[in-house]
Amino acid sequence: MSRFHFALAALLLFVLGGCATAPGSPNDPFEGFNRSVFSFNETVDNAVLKPVATGYQKVVPQFVRTSVDNFFANLGDAWSAVNLVLQAKPVPAIEMGMRFVFNSTLGLGGLFDIAGDAGMERRNEDFGQTLGRWGVGPGPYLVLPILGPSTVRDTAALAADFQAAPAAWFQERRDQTGVTVLQVISTRARFLSATRTIDDIALDKYLLIRDGFLVRRRNQVYDGNPPEEPEPPEPPEEGSDKPPPK
Amino acid sequence: MFRTLAIALTLGTTLSLAQAETTPDAFVMTLSTEVIDAVKADKAIQAGDVSRIRTLVDTKVLPNVNLQRMVVKSVGQPWRSATPEQQKRLTEEFKTYLINTYAGALTQVRDQTVKLRPVRAGSNANEVVIGTDVVNKGEPIQLDYRLEKAGDAWKIYDFNVLGLWATDSFRSQFARDLSGGGVDALIARLSEKNKQIAGTKN
Repeated sequence: MSRFHFALAALLLFVLGGCATAPGSPNDPFEGFNRSVFSFNETVDNAVLKPVATGYQKVVPQFVRTSVDNFFANLGDAWSAVNLVLQAKPVPAIEMGMRFVFNSTLGLGGLFDIAGDAGMERRNEDFGQTLGRWGVGPGPYLVLPILGPSTVRDTAALAADFQAAPAAWFQERRDQTGVTVLQVISTRARFLSATRTIDDIALDKYLLIRDGFLVRRRNQVYDGNPPEEPEPPEPPEEGSDKPPPK
Repeated sequence: MFRTLAIALTLGTTLSLAQAETTPDAFVMTLSTEVIDAVKADKAIQAGDVSRIRTLVDTKVLPNVNLQRMVVKSVGQPWRSATPEQQKRLTEEFKTYLINTYAGALTQVRDQTVKLRPVRAGSNANEVVIGTDVVNKGEPIQLDYRLEKAGDAWKIYDFNVLGLWATDSFRSQFARDLSGGGVDALIARLSEKNKQIAGTKN
């Protein structure tokens, strides 16, 4: 699966890379291509993912959904711990490792987030962030089919992330598929109200998500303290001594 | 703390004015706590009554925002070439849009608490960035504010969610309309969006 997606993305990048639109962000030279994948994803989301996730939220009781979320997040914690080791951050690595151990044992295989209840915060780390920490720049913004917003760096990192995905903890192919489907649905369900808000307020949803994604990834690489970027200059206000129009 | 201060002042004790000056982090904490508490206390808001949320934003948050500065920052250069009439209409639509945006974010409030992150001073003493983490379970959500000094008080002139500054996001989204049809196109777009949001009940 990972190899397939990566190859597909690389191919599309190669073939369609030329159709970049003229004006736009320097981070997004493939805006034309990205927008078409974005609208494809939106179509799939509206036709399949959103209805299924909505149904899941209606039918499955809250405590079960929480347990499912906890279960996946717990497996994610283990991968975060590995990445923290790779990033040479021993203290958070140990904390996330402890989190995983507590939840996997006392939290019954991760169904309960007892570490979180005890005040241990979760840090999500993936291999893209590790590459960033190693000094690899994000490269151009890339919208992947189905998988959504990414960058060239993060797309390459997916190969490693998939190896550690919850499905990888299971042996049988059938189980792996089931786990992946459940993970996708439960993740989508968690973001139902957030995406509704974005739908409401976005003037240009593509741009809102792109800008948000890029700064968030940058933030994650620097653990919330990115090197300060100068505030963009404000145009001098004409008649700024006048009271603002009411 | 503020109640004690207010009582102390009304009692006519000898508190100097300097002590009444609010620090920027205290200002952010008070404001965020007040807003979150108001959301938590209001059943109608939690049930998704958007008009109630808008009223809350309008009365509690907006007085602490330098709207003029936000709109100028979000529009960028084209603001200067706009006529006063256009500027007035744009500011009106922007204000409604900002309320809608903030109200949309507030519908996500459940049982969060707000924690301050260490203060990072801005380029001068009159402008600072205050970082907060909105903590629920799991990963905290970053919510930062740019503040400017306004007399003894502070005013918000930008905020960011998960690292994305509002005015940056607005400028990016406004650019297409501005380059296509100028300020009037942007006013039309915002007005249309605001009507659309007003139309959706939830």
